[in-house]
Amino acid sequence: MSKENLILEIENLVVNYELEAETVRAVNGISLSLEKGKIVGLVGETGAGKTTTALSILKLIPDPPGIIKNGNISVDGQDIIHASIEEMEVIRGKDVSMIFQDPMTSLNPVFTVGDQIAESIEIHEKISRNEAFKRAGEMLEMVGIPASRATEYPHQFSGGMKQRVVIAIALACNPKLIIADEPTTALDVTIQAQVLSLIKDLIEKNNASMLLITHDLGIVAEICDEVAVMYAGRIVEKGTLEDIFNNTKHPYTEGLFNSLPNIDDRNAILKPIKGLMPDPTNLPRGCSFAPRCDYCTDICEIQPENRMISHTHSVACSAYENPEFSIVRGSK
Amino acid sequence: MLRYILRRIFLMIFVVLGVSFVVFFVINLAPGDVLSKIAPEDATLEEVEALRVELGLDRPIMFRYLDYMKGFVKGDLGKSYITGDDVFKTYMAKLPATLKLAFASIFVSILISIPLGIMAAKNRGSWKDNVSMVAALLGLSMPNFWLGLLLILLFSLKLGWFPTGGAIGFKSLILPAITVGTGLAALLTRTVRSSMLEVIRQDYLRTARAKGVKEKIVINKHAFKNALIPTITIAGTQLTRVLGGAVITETIFAWPGVGRLILDAVYSRDVTMITGCIILKSITISIILLIVDLLYAAVDPRIRAQFAKGGK
Repeated sequence: MSKENLILEIENLVVNYELEAETVRAVNGISLSLEKGKIVGLVGETGAGKTTTALSILKLIPDPPGIIKNGNISVDGQDIIHASIEEMEVIRGKDVSMIFQDPMTSLNPVFTVGDQIAESIEIHEKISRNEAFKRAGEMLEMVGIPASRATEYPHQFSGGMKQRVVIAIALACNPKLIIADEPTTALDVTIQAQVLSLIKDLIEKNNASMLLITHDLGIVAEICDEVAVMYAGRIVEKGTLEDIFNNTKHPYTEGLFNSLPNIDDRNAILKPIKGLMPDPTNLPRGCSFAPRCDYCTDICEIQPENRMISHTHSVACSAYENPEFSIVRGSK
Repeated sequence: MLRYILRRIFLMIFVVLGVSFVVFFVINLAPGDVLSKIAPEDATLEEVEALRVELGLDRPIMFRYLDYMKGFVKGDLGKSYITGDDVFKTYMAKLPATLKLAFASIFVSILISIPLGIMAAKNRGSWKDNVSMVAALLGLSMPNFWLGLLLILLFSLKLGWFPTGGAIGFKSLILPAITVGTGLAALLTRTVRSSMLEVIRQDYLRTARAKGVKEKIVINKHAFKNALIPTITIAGTQLTRVLGGAVITETIFAWPGVGRLILDAVYSRDVTMITGCIILKSITISIILLIVDLLYAAVDPRIRAQFAKGGK
């Protein structure tokens, strides 16, 4: 994979939230890359560090207390970590933009939606306010809202419509990379599919790439090309959709699949992953999933290394030191 | 919107009724009466009683109140017992000075508190925040008369930059406006700070930053417009308070405003003057409060929508 073909490259990213009394280790050395035109899903439970990773790419981690301790991020070859505030202001919204989780709180209640979309265009394309506003109307049409509603305020829109507006803001300047942070979590199930296919269509149309953050494996199966599974600030398994879904290797990924309800067998009992995610202020030594893992052995006291299963598929689990090892789901 | 304004104006009738009733009766309960002020010093008891009958002050208070309101409905607020001047004209003559002082003080207050409050909120917990909060505390605890005297001492007597009192030209406005304005700024700074702190952690600011909006604009435009409602509320309330007459400041600076007019009328038990002035004052305040409410609508589209529906 040549570097020119990468829109996003994260290497060994470490992000901490340094509070007075304790340090929250939110992201603990993740590496992730995203090819142009691809959609990569970042999957994990609440608190796994997904949003922190996403915000790091835009350098929008609330500081204080958040600090990027280590690592490299580059977007289309541009170094993000060492970029100045002014450079970041140019990158944000133009090269990389973000679709936020909660449309109810992501829009400013005292400005019209047209103004909120136009602002981004006005900043990055250096055109007049009127022209930008006209373009904002076109963006609204693109996400399926009549342009005439550009003069209305967020409170006049429903949740699904607000998320369409948020999407319009994110896509206003044709960014190369879109980070979608659980874009459908706050929406009704009936609207989720609509919004999702809208995002997918627009990404394809604009020839953009997307990092999709979600905890919903169904969404991943629907639109992602590749998947990275995150746990306690680390990526535990990474691969193509096929690798992850049909050749599951990590016990945590297996747990995620097992905890999905089975529609074919209504009598099946749900098998949630036992226990809770470790406290990020006090992570266990070695593999952080070990306390919840059915396959845990002494070897898990050591931090597992990334192991390549194939040239697309990698897993961070020490159990594979033993060539005989296989998880239940994988052996099915 | 028009319906809302008309309704508010209609409600003012009840405010006037209530205020006039309370003031009229309470003044009547106070010991002493206007006769002791206007009767000649050597008047006999009979002469005083004759004067009482002449002025109609011997009649039961209920009738006097009804008479007064009859006049009020016709637009006649009566004449001062002491000077014989028309109450309405006297009030209107003093109102401009009070308005001038009130708006100048609010202006000073806003000029200080908005930048200070925003800075404090932005740098929460830092020395900048602490310094501005201590300054605000100082402003809140410093009595107006004391600050006014200090300002006169320094700027009028020592430096001779401004007159010690009176209302002649712009120069004479500065010291009283600073005296009242800094007092108001203390509370307003705290209001701006706390409402900014409320807004500053909202998701929509992150959305703005993610669009590439400059931090300065994120704070001063996106955040501040949302923090404006509580700020307008407090500034509006303060304005009404100053309009009621900054009695102490007006006295110190010999400012010919409404506050002193009412105070003098109270001393001399000039019932028509007191009642008339307070009714007019309550009308002035009602109008200001109406304007403040309309300002909300100008700032916040959600409130505007409520007005349009005729609700609230």
